[in-house]
Amino acid sequence: MTALHPPAPGVRDLPARPEWPDATGHFGPYGGRFVPEALIAALDELTEAYEAMRLDPAFLAEFDRLQRDYTGRPSALTDVPRFAEHCGGARVLLKREDLNHTGSHKINNVLGQALLTQRIGKSRVIAETGAGQHGVATATAAALMGLSCTIYMGEEDTRRQALNVARMRLLGAEVIPVTTGSRTLKDAINEAFRDWVTNVATTNYVFGTVAGPHPFPAMVRDFQRVIGDEAREQVLERCGRLPDVVLACVGGGSNAIGIFTAFVPDAAVRLVGLEAGGDGVQTGRHAASITGGDPGVLHGARSYLLQDENGQTIESHSISAGLDYPGVGPEHSYLHDLGRAEYRPVTDEQAMEAFALLCRTEGIIPAIESAHALAGAMQVGRELAEQGGSQPLLLVNLSGRGDKDVETASAWFGLGDHTAPTDADDRAVEAGRGADPGPGLDTDQQPTEGAVSNDDAVAGPDAGQQA
Amino acid sequence: MSRLQDRISAARAEGRAALIAYLPVGYPDVPGSIEAMVAAVEGGADVVEVGVPYSDPGMDGPTIQQAVDVAVRAGIGLRDVFGAVRAVAAAGAVPVVMSYWNPIERYGVDRFADDLAAAGGAGAITPDLIPDEAAPWLAATDRTGLDRVFLVAPSSTDARLASTVAACRGFVYAASTMGVTGTRATVGDAAERLVTRTRQVTRLPVCVGLGVSDGDQAAEVGAFADGVIVGSAYVRTLLDGRGPDGVRALSADLAAGVRRVGART
Ligand SMILES: Cc1ncc(COP(=O)(O)O)c(C=O)c1O
Repeated sequence: MTALHPPAPGVRDLPARPEWPDATGHFGPYGGRFVPEALIAALDELTEAYEAMRLDPAFLAEFDRLQRDYTGRPSALTDVPRFAEHCGGARVLLKREDLNHTGSHKINNVLGQALLTQRIGKSRVIAETGAGQHGVATATAAALMGLSCTIYMGEEDTRRQALNVARMRLLGAEVIPVTTGSRTLKDAINEAFRDWVTNVATTNYVFGTVAGPHPFPAMVRDFQRVIGDEAREQVLERCGRLPDVVLACVGGGSNAIGIFTAFVPDAAVRLVGLEAGGDGVQTGRHAASITGGDPGVLHGARSYLLQDENGQTIESHSISAGLDYPGVGPEHSYLHDLGRAEYRPVTDEQAMEAFALLCRTEGIIPAIESAHALAGAMQVGRELAEQGGSQPLLLVNLSGRGDKDVETASAWFGLGDHTAPTDADDRAVEAGRGADPGPGLDTDQQPTEGAVSNDDAVAGPDAGQQA
Repeated sequence: MSRLQDRISAARAEGRAALIAYLPVGYPDVPGSIEAMVAAVEGGADVVEVGVPYSDPGMDGPTIQQAVDVAVRAGIGLRDVFGAVRAVAAAGAVPVVMSYWNPIERYGVDRFADDLAAAGGAGAITPDLIPDEAAPWLAATDRTGLDRVFLVAPSSTDARLASTVAACRGFVYAASTMGVTGTRATVGDAAERLVTRTRQVTRLPVCVGLGVSDGDQAAEVGAFADGVIVGSAYVRTLLDGRGPDGVRALSADLAAGVRRVGART
């Protein structure tokens, strides 16, 4: 019951850690450290401080307190029966990381790393961000702990996730749009590493996912595993058994590792990671590093990545800024090669269909990242239904909420924006076509395959089934 | 025997530091980059670092990334590098490849070593590969006799300095300031301290990179280092459109700088 009812501060049993990585951060052939020598001392310092901190009762007490009183843990576990009707009749439970303070699982990791920053006596944090959720979480922790904060974000993403840029700035962080390379998360990571190499004496790099050089993959996993530790107990308590399948979206892989780790020893539980399939893996425009990539070295570790024959990183594509990354954490590569977890792609279209469905059937607007996991649940649930047998139990990590994605989703579904009538509207009226009717009433809305259309504003039980 | 070490020792015998020029293959295009490398040699470079274009050059500043991005977008990769290696050797300098690790791993570590040796390359500098992760590269370079240059940094502990230089062959690359490549107004004394510390654990030549932009700075660094590595200043010359002539002139200025120091021990 430790996770559901936090015990007296600091007196808890630490859950068993997987036997990987080894002492130098290798998950089988993956992971390790592929960084300039200038960073090794800082990585060693982090590793040493973290290894001491993670066993320190004072730290554990403080971390527990923050998770409970600041983040709002444990996060809820929600049955979603109306959504589950579109998952072949499986029972579907959502682990509600979207309800955390700042709106995603990213805060779990950031609070741990911010405490570590204080412990090693550094006064400044930097971070990369894609969707902006990790940037917001880092800016939040920096504000809370009085650290100065710089966030690197691809220029393309600052546009896609403008709301989060504003949030970070309100929280007192400096946001630097990155204009090199593909101007997305991969390039933001390059810039953050450059900052770190230059300012390592004063600055700690709060890495946002389970990728990067050792110790980040293991440390971020340890901070995120609370998701699965809680969920495993919650599911057992509510259903009296373990889930059949645990599903999560995979960008760098932190929310997925977070929910998988507690279940890795439960051999009968299928672990399914949903990668961003973009326009479809066969088009080459995707971000499915494991499904569509090969092992190589990127951002300090060996893992699967999207690369060409010269070993150049290929730019990824996804509607979801948080999944738009050509690499993946080394532990996922290892779990894939071991056959312990499965990885499959979900296209933009499938993710947006699931996004719409959850909104309309359950009153929950998910992050587009998390919608990939929901789409995976729809697929896996239907596959299991075809195989027959008893009602399967699916546990889905709802890693974040969709406030940041409202504009992207509105554009996708052709919902009107909130602006006043424009000259174009006036001309349209004169031409007899009618003006933009405003939110939700766009006459030109393009229905997504299987998604809820305007004519069908209240989802029927069949919504999504035509796909 | 190490060709890099021989060449740097020969410079030392003349009482000066060696001049090591970095230029990436493929900027402005492959022939143009080779012309620039040859011009750098004609101007007085002893060693040329033949840069392999890479999409995510985390160790490099904006100047080098700007040039390398052009090459990456043009599809230039490791296989285009061997021609440049041959041209540098023919021009009379020692060619050493400078590459991030993934292009080499993708090409095949043993295949790369064989092709580099066949092209007359002395070895490779690998800025994001530490000896701890380098087992296949150590084996391939032992097999082929190629040099392998790893980096040391001001933040390296004494223990790491010792283990890193023990894995090096050819020279030791001292990254002089904490930070990425790029020309700087002052060289700073972190470099000299690092060279002193490195010399305490190795007899290999210690060459200093990151920050040198003109003959005066080259003289300053050449006073305490065995080799002066110049990258961004060469690349800036090309970005500014000054072409091979500009590169030759820069080399001449830098080569005069390393000779200004006078007698060394
Ligand atoms: C809500 C949400 N889910 C998932 C991700 C993907 O990251 P990871 O794969 O590390 O969980 C992000 C990243 O920004 C996110 O904001």
